[in-house]
Amino acid sequence: MNSIQDIQEEIISEFEILGDDKESTIYYIMELGGNLPEFPEESKIEENIIKGCQSKVWLTASEEDGRVQFQADSNTDITKGLISLLIRVLGNQTPEAILNSDLNFLQKIGMGNIIGSQRSNGLVSMIQQMKRYALAFQAKQNA
Amino acid sequence: MALDLNHIRSLFPVLHQEVYGKPLIYLDNAATTQKPQAVLDALSNYYSKDNSNIHRGAHALADRATAYFEETREAIKIFIGAKESAEIIFTKGTTESINLVAATFGRKFINEGDEIIISTLEHHSNIVPWQMLCEEKGAILKVIPISDSGEIIFEEFEKLLSSKTKMVSVVHASNALGTINPVKEIIQAAHKVGAKVLLDGAQSTSHLDIDVKELDCDFLAFSAHKLYGPTGLGILYGKREILEAMPPFQGGGEMIKEVTFEKTTYNEIPFKFEAGTPNIGDVIAFKAALDFIDSIGKKNIKAHEDELIAYAQEKLSAIKGFIPVGTVKDRVSVISFGIKDMHPFDVGMMLDSKGIAVRTGHHCTQPLMKRLGLEGTVRASFSVYNSKKEIDALAEGVEKIARIKNK
Ligand SMILES: Cc1ncc(COP(=O)(O)O)c(C=O)c1O
Repeated sequence: MNSIQDIQEEIISEFEILGDDKESTIYYIMELGGNLPEFPEESKIEENIIKGCQSKVWLTASEEDGRVQFQADSNTDITKGLISLLIRVLGNQTPEAILNSDLNFLQKIGMGNIIGSQRSNGLVSMIQQMKRYALAFQAKQNA
Repeated sequence: MALDLNHIRSLFPVLHQEVYGKPLIYLDNAATTQKPQAVLDALSNYYSKDNSNIHRGAHALADRATAYFEETREAIKIFIGAKESAEIIFTKGTTESINLVAATFGRKFINEGDEIIISTLEHHSNIVPWQMLCEEKGAILKVIPISDSGEIIFEEFEKLLSSKTKMVSVVHASNALGTINPVKEIIQAAHKVGAKVLLDGAQSTSHLDIDVKELDCDFLAFSAHKLYGPTGLGILYGKREILEAMPPFQGGGEMIKEVTFEKTTYNEIPFKFEAGTPNIGDVIAFKAALDFIDSIGKKNIKAHEDELIAYAQEKLSAIKGFIPVGTVKDRVSVISFGIKDMHPFDVGMMLDSKGIAVRTGHHCTQPLMKRLGLEGTVRASFSVYNSKKEIDALAEGVEKIARIKNK
């Protein structure tokens, strides 16, 4: 099992290969979105929508063997790519690891410059929501 | 007459830059146009040489600033063909101009059961102020429907008109689709039932020759920043007799004749509607923007933009997956579209990464988007300084992006 930090390092080196070229970086993020597993239509309901996102994002989570599994979808491909990165880092981790994580890869790859400030705010909302799920599962485990 | 584009572009410093290592292609002119150097110089000159408060100081600088300030009012009068400069009121923007009319004309002349007509094409700033007024007064908001091509259905408008109609407030040219409304006919029909007409000229003033006397509109609202001028400055034109009958908008300095604690008498128009120190620097600089337009000529600007729009339509329509939104022929230089199976945000962001600035989303016209069954569109809008070469780059970019999902 790779740690959150290991996966972040992986992503940082992938983005290093892309270099400064904004265009190929955006295309790459869009492509990543294509790898998200199919999200069930019936879960596309209001209460799974993340507030604060300009585009729509649906996020659900479940717990398997003490680890959190995230499922997500978006109506825009770039946002799908962004959430797929977050799931790659935070998915299949324990609630503790998620809650203690510091997602420094976003800053290291210069995500703010890539996606602009509005989408960056959306990204923050996604991370908060993922951590909220982790907190809920942690509470359940400790109960 | 073909424009000397190289010369025109040389007047706009902001155009000469790279974004993400690529030359900037600015196609978001319906949101705001860039400013020629003359406007920037006028702003800087005002603050470095003439800055002072107007209409009150008894000194050289105040006299100078007041004269320049009123020169702009005079220039706007000529620009829109008003009878007199007292009919030109300075505001913060189109939005404030419309709010001013809704608040003051509304306070005095709109009563319970009265009707206000707008159209499906409206920008939020020509919807919400009227909704607020209707809520306050118990008046009723009626909406002119549109066809799928994005034109108002005139017969439906005529059906909405009655002796209850007190105000018809419609957009002259749509910011989302570019549609030019048949405002002359609208105004005539509205006047027959005794209603007043406000035109939202935010998009039309920069592209069309406008003569408010000939149109016979009662109000015209527009923004300097869409006319090569500074942000934070708007204009409200109103016919003298209506402006005089309206109560003031805000209270304060400048708008009064005499103040006692018992009673205040108000100043003449336009000052009655200009409480407080106005946006002096931007007003003065706006004159330079109007001079710029004059130096090229509205007709020449329109001809150039028409050529760009026709060229863009031809180029973009050839792209597989391209979906035009709003297909009216008579339009200002706005082209709205979608790409099959792609979200406008993604298209916009990918264009941005190529240095091409467009707008994506609902363009502050959510009810219109809902009517068209869309979440939003990609909108490219052209101005006097845009070139066919830039449209080639746009088409090439859109083609490449569309190919991702439309093989
Ligand atoms: C048709 C239309 N009306 C009103 C407005 C509002 O103008 P402003 O934001 O300058 O007040 C705009 C600007 O986007 C517009 O395009």
